[in-house]
Amino acid sequence: MITALRHSWQKYWYAWAMVAPVVIVLAVLVLYPLGYGFYLSLTNANEANVARDIGAFHAPATYKMVGLDNYWSILSGADGDFYPRLTWTIVWTVSCVALHIAIGMGLALLLNRKMRAKLLYRALLILPWAVPAFVGVFAWRLMLNSQYGVFNEMITAVGLPAQNWLATPFAQKVAVIMVNVWIGVPFNMVALLGGLQSIPKELYEASEMDGASPWQRFVNVTLPGLRPVTHTVVLLGCIWTFNMFAVIYLLLGQNTTGEADILVTFAFRKAFTGVSDYSGAATYGIVILALLLAFSTFYRRRQLKTEQA
Amino acid sequence: MTSATTHSPATTGALAKTPAPRPKKVRGREERSTLASVALHGTLIVASLVAAFPVAWIVFISLGPKTAWQSPGEVLGNLSLDNYVKVLTETDFPHWFGASVIVAGGTTVLGVFLAATAGYAVSRMRFPGHRQLMWSFLVTQMFPMAVLIVPLYELLARFDLIDNYLGLILTYATTAVPFCAWMMKGYFDTIPHEIDEAGRVDGLTPFGTFWRLIVPLAKPGLAVTAFYSFLTAWGEVAYASQFMGADHYTLAVGIRTFATESRADWAMMTAASVIILVPATLVFLLVQRNLVSGLTAGGTKS
Repeated sequence: MITALRHSWQKYWYAWAMVAPVVIVLAVLVLYPLGYGFYLSLTNANEANVARDIGAFHAPATYKMVGLDNYWSILSGADGDFYPRLTWTIVWTVSCVALHIAIGMGLALLLNRKMRAKLLYRALLILPWAVPAFVGVFAWRLMLNSQYGVFNEMITAVGLPAQNWLATPFAQKVAVIMVNVWIGVPFNMVALLGGLQSIPKELYEASEMDGASPWQRFVNVTLPGLRPVTHTVVLLGCIWTFNMFAVIYLLLGQNTTGEADILVTFAFRKAFTGVSDYSGAATYGIVILALLLAFSTFYRRRQLKTEQA
Repeated sequence: MTSATTHSPATTGALAKTPAPRPKKVRGREERSTLASVALHGTLIVASLVAAFPVAWIVFISLGPKTAWQSPGEVLGNLSLDNYVKVLTETDFPHWFGASVIVAGGTTVLGVFLAATAGYAVSRMRFPGHRQLMWSFLVTQMFPMAVLIVPLYELLARFDLIDNYLGLILTYATTAVPFCAWMMKGYFDTIPHEIDEAGRVDGLTPFGTFWRLIVPLAKPGLAVTAFYSFLTAWGEVAYASQFMGADHYTLAVGIRTFATESRADWAMMTAASVIILVPATLVFLLVQRNLVSGLTAGGTKS
């Protein structure tokens, strides 16, 4: 046993030495808080009963273990928020990721052709990625202002009705999806463009010799060739969009009815507005993590199956 | 119109050389009619406008008078840099800017270092645990910030790292590194293994090979990693707003003091936003040539 350990140490010590910094940082700053968060989710901790200092007086924590009560109140629908938030989170994730991939793919296909001014187009199209999210969101907030915003002027100019974008729940939902699509397309476009460039040219030449139409070439050469990239991009896109905080929180600010809140922003509000409900927020966090873990395990398994088929 | 679609300049390509032309003509990849060219450029111009407009709009508004956001028509007649002067001289903006530079710079250095070492180890060495490590990088992306933020606050408080640049840098590194390590692993995979072997034959240690041979070759991948880490730190709001006190506000937090609950000072906000954009755009311009190759290596090979 010990010799086996020593053997593998001698063989792998430099590999372990190279991953050690990452492992240590992640373990301390992610695993520990996660464990602590899980612990909080089993208690009834809130702003009124955690340890705190009031002047020189130190009030010890008085919260206690409540077992799985928090989970039960969420999953049974008793808190009245979870299922509406979950439904909207799924609608939000699916629409955002679908639009990201569709638009990103379209633009990548166009950019992958020989043409003039290609570099200029590419630089302009990647621009929203280079803009820090909060600046992009501020710009949109300014444009979407119901009274003075330029966006309403633009859509009324083409005959669409003006909307109170940042106030009515439905318009809010359309607005956050729109802004998130604007922010997210460049990443998908660049990843897919790289994927397109890695498809061997010979495949296209061969299919051309066989007289395949452009559509057939797209379905039979481009899509299968892009599969490794699309798999990764869809998986990451779903995870990131599901947990997207900045767009919704910053675009809608405080003047929201909560209708457009996804699970993550809802949990954040739980923890930091009104009487901070730490245990409730932690429970939401753990549930989100469980949902994403289940989704990505399922997704990876299906991906492996299609690769074998 | 119809003649334009049939007479494409590139028909002298592969198809024209076939001895007996097919009755039904199939358009090749590199041929394009004038109409298709117009459609292609038209679509790209519209898409570029959509992409650039919000940015152009805040630059435009920032150059106007204080009320420009309510009446954009007045801007052209009253162009001035007043808002910029005000932001730079009458507010704490330069202070926030310095804080952001320290935090984003620190995150970039730490992020690139951690991602490169881990990515190289996972790419080159088959050690026990390397599969789990890749999987845990993916899982880390799933941790909702809302569940981490309270425990993280208490943890950092215990080490006296609240309201401290190092605390924020470490936090951002955990957000940026997993994806970066994934990208770097993909990029290292595209560098031939023979180079490592050559290094070993010349008597370099594994670390020496990594540092002297592989790192210089991996510059495009490193550039994208740097870009990604920098942007993560430069634009993050939630952690910064909870962890940092007024003396150490970063830009993302500081700029929010221009907007109160009731009303926002858009003149100041737009001018500040434009100044914030400049470093991000500079970093972006430096790495954008490498962006496609650097990012995709990670995407295709993972």
